[in-house]
Amino acid sequence: MSVSQPPETRGNGWVGQAIRRKEDPPLIKGQGNYVDDMTLPGMLHAVIVRSPEAHATITSIDKAGAEEHPTVVAVLTGEDLAAELAGPIPMVWAPPGVEIKTPEHWPLARGEVKHVGQAVAVVVGTDRYAVADAAEEVIVEYESLPAVVDPERALEDGSPFVWDDFCTNQTHEWAIAGGDAEGALRDAEVVVERRIVNHRTAGAPIEPRSSIGDPRGDGATLYSSTQIPHIARFVLSGMLGMAEDKIRVVAPDVGGGFGAKLQVYGEEALVLAVARRLGRPVKWTETRSEHMTTSHHGRDQIAHVTLGADREGKITAWKVRHVCDLGAYFQILTPFIPELGFPVAGGCYAIPNIKLEFVGVFTNKFATDAVRGAGRPEQTHMVEVMMDQLAAEVGIDPVELRRRNFIAKEQFPYETPLGIVYDSGDYHGSLDKLLEHVDMDAFRREQAELRERGVYRGIGLSTYVEVCGLAPSRAVGPQGVGLQAAFWESAVVRVHPAGSATVYTGTSPHGQGHDTGFAQIAADRLGLDPANVEVLHGDTDQGPMGWGTYGSRSLAVGGESVGRAALKVQEKAKRICAAMLEAAPEDIELADGKFQVRGSPDKAMTMVEIAGAAHIPPQELPTDIEPGLEETSFYDPENFVFPFGAHACVVDVDAETGKVEVVRWVAVDDCGPAINPMLIDGQVHGGVTHGIGQALYEQIVYDDEGQLVTGSFVDYALPTASEVPMFETDRTETPSPVNQLGVKGVGEAGTIAASPAVVNAVTDALKPLGIAYMNMPLTPMRVWQAIEEARGRGGGGPARTEQGRDVGEHGTGAAGSGPTSPGEGGAL
Amino acid sequence: MIPTEFEYTAPESLDDALEALRAGGEDAKLLAGGHSLLPLMKLRLAAPTLLVDLRRVPGLSDVQRENGTLRIGAMTHHAALEDDPELGVVSHTARQIADRQVRHRGTIGGSLAHGDPASDLLAVVLACEGSVSVRSVEGMREIPAHGLFQDYLTTAIDDGEIVTEVRIPALEGYGFAYQKFMRRAEDWAMVGVCALVKARDGVCEDVRVGLTHMSSVPLRAAAVEEALRGGTLDRDAIARAAESAAEGTEPPGDLNATPDYKRHLARVLTRRALEQAAGLAE
Repeated sequence: MSVSQPPETRGNGWVGQAIRRKEDPPLIKGQGNYVDDMTLPGMLHAVIVRSPEAHATITSIDKAGAEEHPTVVAVLTGEDLAAELAGPIPMVWAPPGVEIKTPEHWPLARGEVKHVGQAVAVVVGTDRYAVADAAEEVIVEYESLPAVVDPERALEDGSPFVWDDFCTNQTHEWAIAGGDAEGALRDAEVVVERRIVNHRTAGAPIEPRSSIGDPRGDGATLYSSTQIPHIARFVLSGMLGMAEDKIRVVAPDVGGGFGAKLQVYGEEALVLAVARRLGRPVKWTETRSEHMTTSHHGRDQIAHVTLGADREGKITAWKVRHVCDLGAYFQILTPFIPELGFPVAGGCYAIPNIKLEFVGVFTNKFATDAVRGAGRPEQTHMVEVMMDQLAAEVGIDPVELRRRNFIAKEQFPYETPLGIVYDSGDYHGSLDKLLEHVDMDAFRREQAELRERGVYRGIGLSTYVEVCGLAPSRAVGPQGVGLQAAFWESAVVRVHPAGSATVYTGTSPHGQGHDTGFAQIAADRLGLDPANVEVLHGDTDQGPMGWGTYGSRSLAVGGESVGRAALKVQEKAKRICAAMLEAAPEDIELADGKFQVRGSPDKAMTMVEIAGAAHIPPQELPTDIEPGLEETSFYDPENFVFPFGAHACVVDVDAETGKVEVVRWVAVDDCGPAINPMLIDGQVHGGVTHGIGQALYEQIVYDDEGQLVTGSFVDYALPTASEVPMFETDRTETPSPVNQLGVKGVGEAGTIAASPAVVNAVTDALKPLGIAYMNMPLTPMRVWQAIEEARGRGGGGPARTEQGRDVGEHGTGAAGSGPTSPGEGGAL
Repeated sequence: MIPTEFEYTAPESLDDALEALRAGGEDAKLLAGGHSLLPLMKLRLAAPTLLVDLRRVPGLSDVQRENGTLRIGAMTHHAALEDDPELGVVSHTARQIADRQVRHRGTIGGSLAHGDPASDLLAVVLACEGSVSVRSVEGMREIPAHGLFQDYLTTAIDDGEIVTEVRIPALEGYGFAYQKFMRRAEDWAMVGVCALVKARDGVCEDVRVGLTHMSSVPLRAAAVEEALRGGTLDRDAIARAAESAAEGTEPPGDLNATPDYKRHLARVLTRRALEQAAGLAE
């Protein structure tokens, strides 16, 4: 790996400042422009008729009643639209040497439905309300088939198949190993096994999905609430059989994504296909219930984890077999998402032997795909939970146990047994800083005093490392991991004649703060104020191809690309300045916002003056300098980046009711040098809230028949500000050698760090009651039931009946042999 | 929100509202704060043909005290109840309903008329032995709380009647508490317990316990009350009495709570509410 020399960046000193978000004023004032705000001339509204059945054959569709509505223009089924659709919804992972059973997946069902909410027909008309009425009159007759809901049962002999043609519910098996995990486990002095369930969750952005297809001539525009407008164009080109130049995709203001909009959905192809068929714009906006049903879910993995260690707590082996519930059909990345966590298997610990196996399973549910961390939260959750399980097993303090196993600062760049190279890190440093905020000795004294009074307070740590910054394209692409895509990023930096600038990025923010952070990066390199740097994104007709915003990649790939394009502009600005000031270009430096001759600050030009000269060339300017002041960068990193940090969570558990309250949260994160500390804090706050959400509140639940039980925010318990404490945040800054900015991502760090800290805290709180481990979500009833079982009483109730077969999560030793969670997994 | 088609009217007098309700027939619904009705319409679980909005009807949001009895206008928002400490247990409980935004819309009359056993104020009015005044074209009548709630979302209020006010009798000398248990602050009560306690010299002169969401209707925990009334009031007595809190209840189970768990919560919350109301909480 080459280490880039830090370039000249301190021209203005904007980077590192907590300036306020440029994007907020219009959003706060109601001037945002979301897809559902848009009305195009002649626009029609679409409502989708969805399956109430989890698994069924469609025996008839009667459209007559709906077609009779005076404002209805068309009622279309999968068969009706066959001519408009050249290809199904693609899944882009083709791992070398592994077959993935991939069912054909069309935007509208063709003859059968495989999950509740599957789109069966679309009703289009001039009136949004009447279309909804008419949709209720599309009569679809179904012949029910047995539904498969539990992924472990789906793999058992005799289970009904989701797809009869495959004669199995197993989609694929993918494995990776380094060292000799089996041998090391045989030799291990201590073996700890747990069955760790990482349950199904939703992305749940504030803005549901919305799309408008707008036909014009032989082309069309898609306005869509998406994280990936350029990928969407690429994919839709194939689905619709249209050349890319004929498709424009615009992502206007997007109200959050959390991975749920890192997707190309059937509805996006559908509005384009229907719009082209009818020759009029067509809008479809998801209801919240539709979002819960048919925007992709995340997680839903059951991990059988085996950890080997010696009596001093040094970990020698890490082995995990994952059973991954993928749903009935694949979305764009579905089978890949569990495996996406493999680069950080084993976390921030020097574990010599690692073996991972992933088994994908079809069930009659909606697809899982990338949500809030996508694969890395699952890996981090299990390793951080297992650290505390091991600590209890060997009787070593969890803090000390982590220190004994950390990869040392001197070992970076560190190659894991799986061949992944962690770029930089200082895990002791972040834990030390965390403990400056959290006095563990004082906490233990307080905890003991509170226990005397029947108050169960616990503390849980999570010292995480995560992997982000997708690319590098060659590692992840067709010849690498096997994604049929690349992950470089683009930027155009254009300085206008009067000296302000516009930056185009191929990333596509939806709340992160790129407009501000990227402007700071460009401003420092251009000698401008960020207020005079506009950042544009989300329109395939505006800037070059880019790969979008997800996986905490935008800054480390997109921001770096902006920095590089701005440096190219700076280089040209220096040549212009040098010519004008009769100096050598290498003698021009950017300092205090001015381009000046080194050592002669009185001989200087501002960017405003240089931009003028670039666009209206004065006589002094040599003719070999091209007019204009604009540069483009395509940047493909040589490695991922690996943010890390240490979080502490303090909870109080009401041992009578089982309710868990998070009373304190301290987060020390390291994402390299801060571009804007306030943006980092915002990302950490949101991320941790989501992690707390998964640990305590949120769960997508299907019943045994495959009906979705959590169809609204009444039942899908997204936490609010009332459920989280004031967050205490701090940082360490360990630059990445991968990019010039030295930065790593931070969008998902909070989520990745948080859930195990909560579980560890609750376990710590309940240790006196003999509870060793519980699976998420730690709802009041589950915690109460666990306490009742520990007290030998049995909490009663139907939620426990599913659990008779759960034995794998019980520990092997004294500390791990306590009672465990009732009620877990997708089938509560 | 994309409901089915409906007509809407906002009459400016109670008589006009009653007439609109009559003329609208059986599928006409009254609209107060809308926080129960509108979500049902949004999900198309309710499809009224006419909404008669009461927001312009004068005199429905006044709070008066008459010979000690509180007369709370049916359209009084939860937020207004919350902000008026004179309202005692009603104010104390209103503060625990959902979030402030919801409390600015939801009304006490709408809540009682809707009859959702998970709503907080029902058990409070029941424990206070309050009543509602209803008007119809035939005139006015008063329905005592114990006769008001008949089944899940079913009350003794007839189709042609409008709740005009809620009466809470004077409860001089009573301590009170409402203990609500839910997963998130904004959620409906998994279980709620309203306790009213009047004690003198360590003896329980009177006690009322109302239970939220322990049946298809709000309930009184009669066994708890009987165990305490007239006896010594201390923590032990309360703890013993609270063990009977789930007697005679039939709590509906759901995703978050089995009936067993809810019975357990009722016992715990009853003890806590009684201790708090009696000033004996730690």
